[in-house]
Amino acid sequence: MDISNYLFLSAILFTIGAVGVVVRRNAIVVFMCIELMLNATNLAFVTFARINGNLDGQVASFFTMVVAACEVVVGLAIIVTMFRSRRSASVDDASLLKR
Amino acid sequence: MTTSTHLVYLIALPLVSAAILLLLGRIADKWGHILATLVSASAFAIGVSEFFAMKSRHGDARAATQTIFSWISVGSFKVDAALLLDQLSISFVLLITGVGTLIHIYSIAYMSHDRDRRRFFAYLNLFIAAMLLLVLGNSYLNLYVGWEGVGLASYLLIGFWNQKPAYATAAKKAFVANRVGDVGLSLAIMIAFAQFGTVTFAGVKAGAPHASSAALTAIGAMLLLAAAGKSAQFPLQSWLGDAMAGPTPVSALIHAATMVTAGVYLITRSNFIFDASSTARLLVVIVGAITLLFGAIVGTAKDDIKKALAASTMSQIGYMILATGLGPVGYAFAIMHLLTHGFFKAGMFLGAGSVMHGMDDEVNMRKYGGLAKFMPITTITFGLGYLAIIGVPPFAGFYSKDKIIETAFNAGGTKGILLGGAALLGAAITAFYMTRVVVLTFAGSKRWDEKAHPHESPVLMWLPMAILAIGSVASGFLLASGSAMVNWLAPVVNASGVEGGKELMKPIVVSLLALGVVVVGVAFAVIKYRTVPSVAPEDVSIFTKAARKDLYQDSLNEALLMRPGQKLTSGLVYTDDTLVDGAVRSVGFTLATVSGWVRKLQNGYVRTYALVMLIGLLALIATIWMVTL
Repeated sequence: MDISNYLFLSAILFTIGAVGVVVRRNAIVVFMCIELMLNATNLAFVTFARINGNLDGQVASFFTMVVAACEVVVGLAIIVTMFRSRRSASVDDASLLKR
Repeated sequence: MTTSTHLVYLIALPLVSAAILLLLGRIADKWGHILATLVSASAFAIGVSEFFAMKSRHGDARAATQTIFSWISVGSFKVDAALLLDQLSISFVLLITGVGTLIHIYSIAYMSHDRDRRRFFAYLNLFIAAMLLLVLGNSYLNLYVGWEGVGLASYLLIGFWNQKPAYATAAKKAFVANRVGDVGLSLAIMIAFAQFGTVTFAGVKAGAPHASSAALTAIGAMLLLAAAGKSAQFPLQSWLGDAMAGPTPVSALIHAATMVTAGVYLITRSNFIFDASSTARLLVVIVGAITLLFGAIVGTAKDDIKKALAASTMSQIGYMILATGLGPVGYAFAIMHLLTHGFFKAGMFLGAGSVMHGMDDEVNMRKYGGLAKFMPITTITFGLGYLAIIGVPPFAGFYSKDKIIETAFNAGGTKGILLGGAALLGAAITAFYMTRVVVLTFAGSKRWDEKAHPHESPVLMWLPMAILAIGSVASGFLLASGSAMVNWLAPVVNASGVEGGKELMKPIVVSLLALGVVVVGVAFAVIKYRTVPSVAPEDVSIFTKAARKDLYQDSLNEALLMRPGQKLTSGLVYTDDTLVDGAVRSVGFTLATVSGWVRKLQNGYVRTYALVMLIGLLALIATIWMVTL
């Protein structure tokens, strides 16, 4: 199997994630889409590491995972707080600066 | 030069008194007028003692100086606040404080029904202080302070009854006309400083012989402009008639005896400038001759007694200015006429005030008539002033005015004949309009309303009038006998002892001529005003109409200066509105519109921002890809 297919998969996943961030209203779903994009990049990193035959890409993907873990902790906390205060998880409701 | 230590009190006393009266307010209402009068009288006492002290000194020691403090010291520019009392200033000091005190006394009674009498006296004292500073300053800059001070006092006093809008306007008019003259004075000071590096009289005098004639002429012309503004000379004379809005004692003190003569003082004090520039002298005599005729002509048509006297003042000061332009010999005669004029004109103004006092403030002479029977003292004092001003011997005006006419004739050539002729014609018209005033007011049949009850004024009012009348009788003889005034002033104004020009006619011939035209003028007036309609006739000659309108000077000023000025300002306002404000407003409008569009991008939805970021990122990648391809 051609190794470049992994890259195509990564691009498709990233695009699905990006479209999801733009079109979905539910904060949880948006959040999941962001995770999807992160993991799409991870896949790209790992694939490039395999193509180039060194470990740099794999190391970078570890960093991405660590950052993603932290981001999940903070992001979920924000979403939960938002939901508690306004009984809604829609990102469109969080537009205080506009009003 | 003698150094004195108490000249400053002359100014400080009235100044402090004015401050006290103004600051204490109504608390001082009860005794304010007494304080002011006492202060003025003590200034007169100081003046008299200084006069005798000066008489006892001789030669150069006669002039006294006092340096009060160092006023300005910037690099090479040093001005002391210093006073100079010489033969010229003492003459003015005595006139200002003497006549001033009499008018203070008069005002106690004249203003007794006015609830603002204290304020009035405060302004009077302020005026005395400023006028004394004007004549005592030893430099042009010190003089300038006094010059502005009297302008302020004049403004405050003309508009003393500023609850009447017309009076407030008159005050403003006087102030503005004076400002035009003041510009001349400040320019003269600047040129003098640029030329001589100093502004003291002594310094400028020392430098004048070495200066270029163009600079001297420029200084002289600017000084003349200043004098014209302050002394109501052509072409800045239009304010004086309106200045009669002030209370009558003010008209007597400021607009007849003292302040309006400041221009004569300025030119006389600057004799070293004018002696060195014949062009400046020529300008001076032209202005003087025009004004003396101008004022006289206006005086013939005024029905308001105070305005008639104001026109007369203008004309008499024209004589003085004419005399100052006649070279070293003229100055003494100008000052002599100034002093005698101070007596008789102030006396007549007080007389007019006395008449108004008895006639419920009626000023229209056509509503008077036959007042001699009801106001004997006023009639006598006014009559003596009248005889003095038309120049009947041996009254004061005869000595002073004849000398001026004589000197004008002796000026030489066509100029002498023209000037002498103008002065002579002025004397004839003076006789005419003054006789008209006297006939309309005191003689003839009564033309006043039934409710008027003419009566003689109280002693506080007629006493000053009587003293001034004595001055109108005697001052001319005293000043002229043995050339007393000429010799007294010679060290200041004619140190080199210049003699008058070649005599065109013998003095006695000039006197007889002057007397002849006076008789003609008087006779003409007496015949013309045997019957006086109580309403001014409308079907009069074009000359009378012109004279009633002040020879259209106001219309001329309006057409030449005021209307173009208003056009200019409204044009500037329009330009400012459309061009300057328009530019600013359009910049603001453009920015507001553009930012209105941009603002629509900020819709507050996170998704939109994410989309924009995404598009931006894609665009960036696309660009890099394109570039590296």
